[in-house]
Amino acid sequence: MTKYLLLKHYRGAPTAVNDVPMDRWTPEEISAHMQYMDDFAARLENSGEYVGAAALSPEGTFVRFDGDGRPPVTDGPFAETKDLIAGWMVIDVESYDRALELAGELSAAPGAGGKPIHEWLELRPFLAAPETITE
Amino acid sequence: MDEALLRTLTPAVIGILVRRGVDFAAAEDAVQDAMVEALRVWPDDPPRDQKGWLVVVAWRKFLDTARADGSRRQREVIVESEPVPEPRQAMDDTLQLYFLCAHPSLTPASAVALTLRAVGGLTTRQIAKAYLVPEATMAQRISRAKRTVSGVRFNQPGDVATVLRVLYLVFNEGYSGDIDLAAEAIRLTRQLAEETRHEEVAGLLALMLLHHARRPARMRPDGSLVPLAEQDRSLWDTAMISEGVDVLQAALMRDRLGEYQAQAAIAALHADARTADDTDWVQIVEWYDELLRLTGSPIVRLNRAVAVGEADGPRAGLAALADLDPSLPRFTAAAAYLHERDGDLVTAAQLYADAAQAAPNLAERHHLTRQAARLNAELRTRDS
Repeated sequence: MTKYLLLKHYRGAPTAVNDVPMDRWTPEEISAHMQYMDDFAARLENSGEYVGAAALSPEGTFVRFDGDGRPPVTDGPFAETKDLIAGWMVIDVESYDRALELAGELSAAPGAGGKPIHEWLELRPFLAAPETITE
Repeated sequence: MDEALLRTLTPAVIGILVRRGVDFAAAEDAVQDAMVEALRVWPDDPPRDQKGWLVVVAWRKFLDTARADGSRRQREVIVESEPVPEPRQAMDDTLQLYFLCAHPSLTPASAVALTLRAVGGLTTRQIAKAYLVPEATMAQRISRAKRTVSGVRFNQPGDVATVLRVLYLVFNEGYSGDIDLAAEAIRLTRQLAEETRHEEVAGLLALMLLHHARRPARMRPDGSLVPLAEQDRSLWDTAMISEGVDVLQAALMRDRLGEYQAQAAIAALHADARTADDTDWVQIVEWYDELLRLTGSPIVRLNRAVAVGEADGPRAGLAALADLDPSLPRFTAAAAYLHERDGDLVTAAQLYADAAQAAPNLAERHHLTRQAARLNAELRTRDS
């Protein structure tokens, strides 16, 4: 089994096919979208492939160490940052093909007009623990 | 309380319930509930007859569930089977469980989870922690696995090879939690070896023992990997090595070679060398040839190329590597190593850095990055 991170971008991913901002959807379309996401997570838990998920606020702050005894320095948020993560989901699956299949399903979540968004999701494998027998 | 001893009782107790007419899935659930209760109650109130206690409690758990379900079939089972004393067949039951839990209809991960629970006696929570997934996810994985094998007759003979693959995965996946999965895999393989005289079961047990013996030397306290050639061999567990060698020799004498025996033979040759320089690489290459004949695996071919590099010099190793697909895992790392041995530090440093980028785990990535850094520092000193 390999764990994969599915990343959903606010910005930085190629443009989705059905690229209408959510505030232009009907309330019913928003509900249908949320339901689809919940059902998807429930289905994954049921198949024993779900690890976790969270949505992130678009507002973030950059922080860094500024020397001993000094408070950390903060900067941002930067409105023009190219890449912005909207949320993540972690899955634990048997193969890369299965990860692709699930990412494809998630990308089919309905948007404007009740049609799939065809949103681009970024799929990243976790680095695993080292194997014992390698030689 | 000896939790490991408690776990060894699991398969036998499941077997007893199954012979009383309970289907496998329900029996396994009931025994799991009994295990959880034992972990709670025994520390303060240890029973004199542990197995008897587990049978009684598991049976009661089963009855509770069956009554709650109200299913007629289950009630019939209860009526029919209540007074039957179980015959003594615990060993057979255990073997059946191995086959069932590694049934070919299961995915490897499901077979691993089911084996650890039904044969290994681990709780769902422990298995979930070991594989770094939520308990609910692991519970679903296990119950799906049980549904998948629900149609399989309990007394059907299975394929030892599938069981061995599952045990190998448990040993080799290398995750960690409270449970030492490598030690658990050895325990389960040892138990299997006591029940069947299959050469490859012995081969796998030997392979595990010979690798586990090196564990104290494999990592520095900071978690970084120590390559075989640099390991402090005084840290190797010599008792475990000699057990592994004995098990392997007995298996090889029966003259039915298989891939696990061949891998164990290679591990035994490493274990046999007092220093890295004493390693009998010529014989190791011969075993890789055997292994290649048995498996045809490109990974074996890659490892063989490295061994050829040690036996016949880095140029010969690089020549053997040239026939292989560069996209193989660890191809670049092997090429870096052979180029370094050949004295081409510039190429080696670049290849180590490339290999680090492609490393499948963090420990290897750090190790390879450090190798690149070491060579780059050496090159800077040489140039200045």
